[in-house]
Amino acid sequence: MSPRSKHEVQQGRLRSPFHSRMQALDTLNTWHEWKGYTSPDALYCEDLEYFAIRNSTAVFDLTPMTKYRITGADAEAYLNRLLTRDMSKIAPGRVAYAVWCDDQGKVIDDGTIFHLRKGEYRLCSQERHYAWLLAAALGFDVSIEHETEDVAALAVQGPTSASVLRNLGVAGLDELKPFNLIHVDFQGEQLMVSRTGFTGDLGYELWITPDKAEALWDALFEAGRLHGIRAIGTTALEAARIEAGFLAAYHEFLPADETVRTGRSRSPLELGLDWLVDFKKPNFNGRRALAEEKRSGSTWRLVKLDIEGNKPAHNAYIYAKARGNRSEIGFITSAAWSPVCKQNIALGTVRTPHGKPGSTVWVEIYYQREMHWARKMAKATVVDKAFWFPPRRSAMPPGPY
Amino acid sequence: MTDRYDAIVIGAGHNGLVCSALLAKAGYKVLVLEANTQVGGAAVTREFAPGFSVSACAHLLYQLQPEVIRDLSLRVKFASEDMTTIALAADGKHIRMRGDSVEGVSDDDAASYRSFDKRMQRFAKLLRTYLNKTPPRLGTRKLRDLVTLARLGFDVRRLGKTEMREFFRLIGMNIHDEVDERFESPTLKGAICLDAILGTHLGPRSPNTILTYLYRLAGNGGQVAVPLGGMGSVADELASTARSAGVTIRTDMPVKRIVVDNGRVRGVETSSGESFESHNVISNADPKRTIFELLGARHVETGFARRIENIRMQGNAAKLHLALDGLPDIPGLMKKDFAERIVIAPDEHYVERAFNPVKYGACSPQPVIEMTFPSFRDSSLAPTGKHVLSAVVQYAPYASKDGWSDAARDTFLKDVIKTIAAYAPDIESRISASELLTPADIEREFHITGGHWHHGELTLDQFLFVRPVGGAAQYRMPIDGLYLCGAGAHPGGGISGAAGRNAAREILREKS
Repeated sequence: MSPRSKHEVQQGRLRSPFHSRMQALDTLNTWHEWKGYTSPDALYCEDLEYFAIRNSTAVFDLTPMTKYRITGADAEAYLNRLLTRDMSKIAPGRVAYAVWCDDQGKVIDDGTIFHLRKGEYRLCSQERHYAWLLAAALGFDVSIEHETEDVAALAVQGPTSASVLRNLGVAGLDELKPFNLIHVDFQGEQLMVSRTGFTGDLGYELWITPDKAEALWDALFEAGRLHGIRAIGTTALEAARIEAGFLAAYHEFLPADETVRTGRSRSPLELGLDWLVDFKKPNFNGRRALAEEKRSGSTWRLVKLDIEGNKPAHNAYIYAKARGNRSEIGFITSAAWSPVCKQNIALGTVRTPHGKPGSTVWVEIYYQREMHWARKMAKATVVDKAFWFPPRRSAMPPGPY
Repeated sequence: MTDRYDAIVIGAGHNGLVCSALLAKAGYKVLVLEANTQVGGAAVTREFAPGFSVSACAHLLYQLQPEVIRDLSLRVKFASEDMTTIALAADGKHIRMRGDSVEGVSDDDAASYRSFDKRMQRFAKLLRTYLNKTPPRLGTRKLRDLVTLARLGFDVRRLGKTEMREFFRLIGMNIHDEVDERFESPTLKGAICLDAILGTHLGPRSPNTILTYLYRLAGNGGQVAVPLGGMGSVADELASTARSAGVTIRTDMPVKRIVVDNGRVRGVETSSGESFESHNVISNADPKRTIFELLGARHVETGFARRIENIRMQGNAAKLHLALDGLPDIPGLMKKDFAERIVIAPDEHYVERAFNPVKYGACSPQPVIEMTFPSFRDSSLAPTGKHVLSAVVQYAPYASKDGWSDAARDTFLKDVIKTIAAYAPDIESRISASELLTPADIEREFHITGGHWHHGELTLDQFLFVRPVGGAAQYRMPIDGLYLCGAGAHPGGGISGAAGRNAAREILREKS
């Protein structure tokens, strides 16, 4: 058995190259499986980990994130057909958020596409899509390589992250705009630094060969010692993700190739991602269906909700009216109390024409208090912008906190 | 220099010619571009040895649609019509089949065949109605689709409770189980199996072989004919009809690519570098060639490209042409029998065994053969006193595991001759020239991917609503201005003209 197929059998047992370092910091022993890797829910306290993201620097191991290397003469043309956005605008050294659809215009997944060097790309996503990417390669001169295991990656997020990286010796941070990437030297190996992240805050992602993973971790924590650097798990990141208004597969949408029933998948237009769909491109996967949807109107709308009270609206139904003949118009897909915004926030999906920004809807929240269930109809306002979007996220140069 | 046309048809196969003629009759300015020197595609007559001519690919006419003949006022002359099928038996007790009667078998078998044929004809008639219709789209609210769909349901229901149940029992089934249950004569069983598998990558025990059998009957009730002058005369008649309707046909003009601009078809470019402009490009080529080689997969969406890629279309039929000094002696046959269709499939297991090697890329050592002696009734095909034999031989793999070398072809040819010689002992001494076209040769000469007659296996998963693939069954490809009019589209192959006619009607309907 080749080492690779062995890994595929041993689900949940892969160790990230940073595992030894996370284990050393771990006091809770709460781990979950993430695409074949073991990954921490939290390492010592999910609340403190969350505050590391917002107040100092949080380090999150994102090695298990699915990564594909796309190269070849037709790489740009290939991606332009695969993704809904115009890839000719993404210059080398740039990163872009992107979604890709099936022929019916339903989202298969979202992710980030890194234009590493001219004609050389990395596509990152939560789910695995090798079969689809290969099918999309019919008729293109491209090579697609699954490189999840070959790249160790860390998210370094938070207000002091730029200072930490300066201490680490990363040059050129002052010129590194959001969604840009640079290659620098780290102990003789190439370290890629991109100003990207999943927290909606100032932050970076570091990419290096697995051989240098532990050395990078050690150097990073040494550099961040006086800047409150903390390792974090998925729970803290999830809270930050909702504050930033980012989507997650299996929450805000199901990958279209995983749905069986009609109407259970979502189009980019239904997820508020119109800005990612470039109808000026003559052909891309889903174009015909999306053009038709744009003409005839969408069924669903993604909403960001500011809900009264402080009970997170997990799994709640959404109604147009609080009482009377109230039929349900949608449901909550992600919910959290946001400590940094001091708001009870949620993402949800509602049927059009409901959910216009500024409108009011009602959320039916069930919560338990000493075993007994209680129910509350909470008023919620549909908001337009992300809940958390601090100026420091895109400040140039990044602030020296 | 670029010329503008209302429609450009790629390929002057019989469907392309039917389609172009109908469009021209409706007032379109139509250009047909054919890669070969002769028009007709797989419906051509050509000389394979000095003085000897033969239908080079398709050699029997059994489904040219009356609707096509009527719409184009075609005049097709036949050398033989309503031919009898003579199934050769190893013991010389050959059987003769025509219509619902079979001679040379027990009374039980003859009676059983009559009821079998009656039922099959009834089901085939149901299919026939839909050969000449655009298949309805599933999951739309378009009135026309709903009406056709309701009609289809009604027609099936109208068979009656018992027959409808039989229809659903049989439609996905294999021919072997059905004939094995009904008949005792191995020769009869073998002959029916042969009709079901000819031109497919299926054996008698493969599912869907009842469907392929029905498809064969559907065209014309199973009546077989040979056109005077070979199949090329049908193509020539179609071409002259098209020309007199105003169609421009240019041969020796292989199309290199379909020109796409901003997500819509703008015309075609030929290998010689000439460009022709049109907003309507209609491809008579098979779906794979159309999408991957002419259009380019990048101009369609991934799911669609993947479905096209997955179309099963591996041909297994080789074509044998022999120039003969005289008619061979086949013990048990009379001289007039050489005007008929003669098949070698002595029993149902023989056919299945012939299919076995081809699954692994090898030829049948004892192939299944359908042969005719077209020169018997048509003296234009061979010098006086001499004859041609035209045979479809199965199974020869499209992708031979050792590659199709001349030596491999010779070995297969020897096996084929040996198989014929078992029934016609003097055949070898009569041969003055021979030609064997393997599926790979058929692909090269007639530009059919996989060398498959039907441009895609005729099975339920590639039939009706999903032919060639789901989302493209109404002759439109998912790019504006591109249509399919060949055998890859509904209903499928055979010299029927149905696909060409349906495509033309669909295009005209759209514009009106």
